[in-house]
Amino acid sequence: MYKLSQTRIMIIIGICLLGIFFSIPNLMPEKAASFPSWWQPVNLGLDLQGGSNLLLEVKIDDVLKEKMDSIEDGIRQTLRENKIRYQSLKAAPTNVQVKIENLNARNKAASLFRKLDKDYDVKEEADGLLVISYNEMALNELKSKIVDQSIEIVRRRIDELGTKEPVIQRQGSDRIVVQLPGLQNPEYVKTLLGKTAKLSFHLVDSRSSALDARRGMISNSSKLVKGSEGENYVLGRKAIVTGEHLVDAQASFQDQEPVVSFKFDTFGGKKFGEVTKNNIGERLAIVLDNEVISAPTIQSAILGGSGIISGSFTAKSANDLALLLRSGALPAPLEVLEERTVGAGLGADSIRAGAVACVIGLIAVVAFIIAAYGLFGIFTTVAVFTNLFLMLGILSFIGATLTLPGIAGIILTIGMAVDANVLIFERMREEVKAGRSPRDAADAGFTEAWTTIVDSNLTTLVAAIVLFWFGTGPVRGFAVTLAIGIATSMFTSVTVTRVIIATWLNKAKPTKLPIM
Amino acid sequence: MRIFSWITKDTNINFMGAKKLTYAISIVSFLLSVVLIAVKGFNFGIDFSGGILMEIKSEQPLDLTEIRNKLESVNIGEINLQTIGDKGNELMIRAEADNLDEEAQRIAVKNIKEVLGSGLEYRRIETVGPQVGDELKIAGSIASLIAILAISAYIWIRFEWQFAFGALLGLFHDVIITLGLLSLFGMDFSLTTIAAILTLAGYSVNDTVVTYDRIRENLHKFTKMPQEVLLNKSINDIFSRTLLTGFSTILAALALLVFGGDTLRSFAFTIVWGVVVGTYSSIYVSAVILDLFDLRKTQEASQNVNPFGNVE
Repeated sequence: MYKLSQTRIMIIIGICLLGIFFSIPNLMPEKAASFPSWWQPVNLGLDLQGGSNLLLEVKIDDVLKEKMDSIEDGIRQTLRENKIRYQSLKAAPTNVQVKIENLNARNKAASLFRKLDKDYDVKEEADGLLVISYNEMALNELKSKIVDQSIEIVRRRIDELGTKEPVIQRQGSDRIVVQLPGLQNPEYVKTLLGKTAKLSFHLVDSRSSALDARRGMISNSSKLVKGSEGENYVLGRKAIVTGEHLVDAQASFQDQEPVVSFKFDTFGGKKFGEVTKNNIGERLAIVLDNEVISAPTIQSAILGGSGIISGSFTAKSANDLALLLRSGALPAPLEVLEERTVGAGLGADSIRAGAVACVIGLIAVVAFIIAAYGLFGIFTTVAVFTNLFLMLGILSFIGATLTLPGIAGIILTIGMAVDANVLIFERMREEVKAGRSPRDAADAGFTEAWTTIVDSNLTTLVAAIVLFWFGTGPVRGFAVTLAIGIATSMFTSVTVTRVIIATWLNKAKPTKLPIM
Repeated sequence: MRIFSWITKDTNINFMGAKKLTYAISIVSFLLSVVLIAVKGFNFGIDFSGGILMEIKSEQPLDLTEIRNKLESVNIGEINLQTIGDKGNELMIRAEADNLDEEAQRIAVKNIKEVLGSGLEYRRIETVGPQVGDELKIAGSIASLIAILAISAYIWIRFEWQFAFGALLGLFHDVIITLGLLSLFGMDFSLTTIAAILTLAGYSVNDTVVTYDRIRENLHKFTKMPQEVLLNKSINDIFSRTLLTGFSTILAALALLVFGGDTLRSFAFTIVWGVVVGTYSSIYVSAVILDLFDLRKTQEASQNVNPFGNVE
């Protein structure tokens, strides 16, 4: 084997050079912008470059409850139209229940409900109870649609902020991960994402006062809504126009007061014009997230398809509202389950500490291995350095994200990577003692140790894979560097040292291996 | 030049002779660890317990009492303050805030920032809702268990079931005793701790596999050698490698422990300890325990029945 074929040597050297080539951008990160996209330094995780990581949950249950309320309305209407007597009707969080004691009426109702919507599941339970819910497929479709829409709206809002290179992706069935590099004010983002921003315009019901309404004297088509200053309004239940029909919203000033001007699409503008024309003198309430912002009196028909929301805005809150209206309403409220923000200062300190630990770890390991093996220790050192370059090169090339635990993974790999060489060299010593020539012993060292190296590394790889699957963010970064480190160190410690030792054996023609 | 060359000398240590003592040590520390974990539990970081963690830095040294008094007014339950570094201008604020939900946490962070005033650098702000913390605890336990079982399964495929049993025992030994130690010292238990424990498991079994490989080889080579002698010889055969790899890994982990910064301290500590306990267990648990079985008998019997074939 010490006639290692020329092609094999070329391939090995080629791979090492590629590793070095792809790790070069990491030496001059400040010039990275001028490099092509396939030749970039490794991505730094948020814990190293600073930034915010938010884990959001889409509160689907809230939407589901709303859906159930509207199903309840539909059912009530169906029952009335068909003159079916029912004992009780109520919307639960995930279904609607109606009690119909008469068997014939119940069967008739059940078949009517099934016809209402093919997505309904109508089940008959004890005591004449009918339970109406979405079937599983429709439910899953609904959920996934809500989450998809939410991601889209979150993306639009974040984009409006001008954060560079945000990462917004789904996690699990109902969660969204938002990563914002370099963000210094995560509270603001959380406030923005915490608002669903559902806008609607309602006519104020002038027939009943808020006081009457609270006593229960309220028409079926009206509802009681709170205002932003704690006052109460009685509004028409049905919205005239909703925020879906907005095409633009901007903060501006009117009489030195901050206001939000908006523009409707054709449908919205037409509807808005019609209603304002027919209701001059009435009040029009602007409702945002179930709260009345303001309820100005309609002075004249608003026909241009655009209008102005005034209220007690500051310049900033007008700006925020305009941003939220522009990017659209969230289909469901979001909750911030987890936030991790690291300042750029701490990130820089972490990189510095990681680099120092890396260099000192490297020196210590290299000094130790040379002290133990002499010349072969120097050969190992070459392998250790090649391994570092290969790791960094692969991490950069595949666009992996380097995190602080990832740096720890690199440092650990430095220590553990010598294992394969140790196994090989110890094997060589045994073979020499068994009476083989240096050349044969070196040969046998590599071949005999190979299975052990594979077995022992694969078990660590199993641990790394489980970690990758379990972990998120920084821990996942660790798993990636560990796994890559295992692969590259197996390669370098076997092939690179083999080429070196083969060359050395051919040139020096030793009578004795320096590890004896 | 080769001042450590003494490590690469052959040894003839009677490892098996000490097995009664080491069995006792292993069993006692294992049981103590179980008791510690059950009674004292862990010092869970906010990853698992949920809560608020902030790191602040100021130009001037920070006055702990003053900050504590200011934070009293935020009213979020018990607050833990800990200085970072030796200059006294960096501080970690931790509140478990168990009764706060996600929204309340958000408000608490805002309030803390308000009472502490400007002029501070907020180096880290983390809030973890109670729900996520509980999920991570479960996910972490499952991941660790799966890793241990997957590693053992791999060994079962590559060796015989007795070896898988020994490796499994060694892994549980290492993980439980390490957990016991973390509990004893009240070390911060976070997500990276799970990473450290799984790395330790990987290292420990790496060591075990090297030992097992040699045992298997010697079983073929020395068919007449008494089993106990053979196990002892196998451990000695590779003892220099065990020391060399152990030392170099510990050197790297020590560099991390000393220079790697506060965030990685408990991670690095776990790794350093893991190399020690992993090396010990691959000899005194995983290898020595094999003497309970008649390895030759199963080797012969398995020539035909090993469903995975005899991979060597």
